[in-house]
Amino acid sequence: MTATTAQTRPKRSLVSRIPLFEQVRSSIGLQRGMLIAGVVITGVFVLTAVFAPLLAPYGFAQLRSDGTPFGAQEAPNAEHLLGTTVGGYDVLSRVIWGAQTAILTIVVSVILSIFAGIFLGLVSGYIGGWLDRVLVVVCDAIYAFPSLLLAIVMSIVISGGRSDLFGGILAASISITVVFIPQYFRVIRAETVRIKSEAYVESAKVIGTRAPRIVFRHVLRNATRSLPLLLTLNSSEALLTLAGLGFLGFGIEPTAAAEWGYDLNKSLSDVTSGIWWTSLFPGLAIVLAVLGITLLGESLNDLADPRLRGRRAALDTGAPTPDNGAEPHGAGATGESIVADDASTADDEERVS
Amino acid sequence: MTAELSSPDPASAAPPAVLRRRSSSGGGGLGRYILVRFLLIIPTVFILVTLVFLLMRTTGDPITAALGGKLTGPQLQERIHEAGYDRPLIVQYLEYLGNIVTGNFGSTLSDNRPVTQVLLTYGGATLELAFYALIVAFIVGIPLGMVAAYFRDRAPDAFLRIFAILCYATPVFFAGLLLKLVFAVWLQVLPVAGRASTGAELQMQFLQSKTGIYLIDALQTGNPEVIGDVLSHAVLPGVALGLLTAGVFLRLVRTNLIGTLGTDYVDSARSRGVTEFRLVRKHAYRPALIPIITVIGLQIALLLGGAVLTETTFEWKGLGFQLAHYLQARDFVAVQGIVALLAVIVAVTNFIVDIIAALIDPRVRY
Repeated sequence: MTATTAQTRPKRSLVSRIPLFEQVRSSIGLQRGMLIAGVVITGVFVLTAVFAPLLAPYGFAQLRSDGTPFGAQEAPNAEHLLGTTVGGYDVLSRVIWGAQTAILTIVVSVILSIFAGIFLGLVSGYIGGWLDRVLVVVCDAIYAFPSLLLAIVMSIVISGGRSDLFGGILAASISITVVFIPQYFRVIRAETVRIKSEAYVESAKVIGTRAPRIVFRHVLRNATRSLPLLLTLNSSEALLTLAGLGFLGFGIEPTAAAEWGYDLNKSLSDVTSGIWWTSLFPGLAIVLAVLGITLLGESLNDLADPRLRGRRAALDTGAPTPDNGAEPHGAGATGESIVADDASTADDEERVS
Repeated sequence: MTAELSSPDPASAAPPAVLRRRSSSGGGGLGRYILVRFLLIIPTVFILVTLVFLLMRTTGDPITAALGGKLTGPQLQERIHEAGYDRPLIVQYLEYLGNIVTGNFGSTLSDNRPVTQVLLTYGGATLELAFYALIVAFIVGIPLGMVAAYFRDRAPDAFLRIFAILCYATPVFFAGLLLKLVFAVWLQVLPVAGRASTGAELQMQFLQSKTGIYLIDALQTGNPEVIGDVLSHAVLPGVALGLLTAGVFLRLVRTNLIGTLGTDYVDSARSRGVTEFRLVRKHAYRPALIPIITVIGLQIALLLGGAVLTETTFEWKGLGFQLAHYLQARDFVAVQGIVALLAVIVAVTNFIVDIIAALIDPRVRY
């Protein structure tokens, strides 16, 4: 058994080990389209954030160039491709810089909630008893509550409502984290409770392994299977919560960082007088970023769930799929149909038991 | 292999025994279920109220937050002492809990009104907005979900799924701004903001039985112009907030219909010659509706959060608008009161939705 896995692993081609490559290969039609669109949009979003200093024509808080002020509410022109805001900032620059703020917030909040959620979930699920019951009730209560309101309360607590770049990002991230912890907690706790009664955990107990080692080595590794999906879906929610907080005036000061929700708030009165460029572009940026991440997460979710996974052309029509022919390495470890894959894993489990 | 797999029989024999016991005792389960669900409201509200209290109080006292720059040090101290914010936290907490039990959620600092009165004045508006949004969500989400399920994996389905994701991906305030821009500013067919024009508000002002829910008040005046005015103000906010929920409904209906469309009884109905329309509308749709009712409970939280943003966008003077106003004024007593009150509302609506779901589907009771 160990010998066969050792042999099959090196066989996987280099290309197939690129993240997401396998998913793109195993998808068809609409699903593949959605996945690729998600990857492309998310990629552009991330690249924009990383290269914001190079891409943006001006700084996010810049009001004048060469000594002359930009002017407020200027329509899109050659100098300012997307116009200027009521505060006299360049819209294009703020949209580009906003990607950086958004990514930072997503990363910080997701990392924080993963750590806190996983830890609480593992402890609660493994130890059980009254601690488990209390945590479940608390998390359920938080889960049922409007997340934006909770985020508002948290941001009052953390920053008193207004702050600089890192304070602001941290405040927004922690606010979002508190909202997300129950979700990670639920998933990890359920998995932990299930895994706790597995034979290998019991064997580990029998040979005298200490609880922390069991939890982090045996349980954690097997409990995190569904996390990547939750993670992408939460990233988009984090972005929306950040924008919502910014829109309510709890964002980051315009001089500290560019934030799309804040810009939309400031454009509220512009709309009434027919000024469209100050609201349209930051709004589109939010929509695109959330759309990209959601498409990515959704398609990964569908591909991981056999009931939602589109039937592959090979199984549907009996004809070989074009990518099966084009991929020379695909035959062994990767290229076979889902049915065969499932059968082989079932085989493995049988042999283990 | 198979013999080995089926060997842990004693373990797998346990669950049926448990099930049997449960089903025999749960004969009259509905009453017990309602009682248990009702009792669960108490810890939920208690936890949220405690959480909000502790969190808000860790930032310091609300008087310094609201009036910090405006008063001198001694004046501040005096105000803090008067309001009792210099007492031990546990005393304040117990007093706060006691007040909440008697329905007193505190008074706002900035305009000194009881929070419950704020709720009575503005709650109607939020309720009205949520009602419009739910109507839009049902009208848009459910039929489109049926279409998407019926055309599974074909062009209409692809289009509708992307539409649903767009509904989710568009923040309500951005959707609101776009709708405003197109319909109120460029086409000028609908009002920009507010709940009614001044004339209509004046007419409703002198009603004997004013409800604060403009639709009901407008109907009471019996003046078609007032009714039209109120409804035209409701269109854009209702659509902006409704689309958010419509996307969720669309996906739910789609997924559940796909499930029921694949069942044997639908196949057998089709073989008897039932038309495709009737098949979707009658046979597959009804069972698919149950999960939707359950999910509406979770949507209430989403709707309330969305209402805060929608109301700010459209200057719709409801609870959310008021909450944003108090936030800006840094009146954290008001914020705490409104948030605690909303926690109660969310818990109670979830309870009602759960009971409705249990009445419709016996499997929900446990």
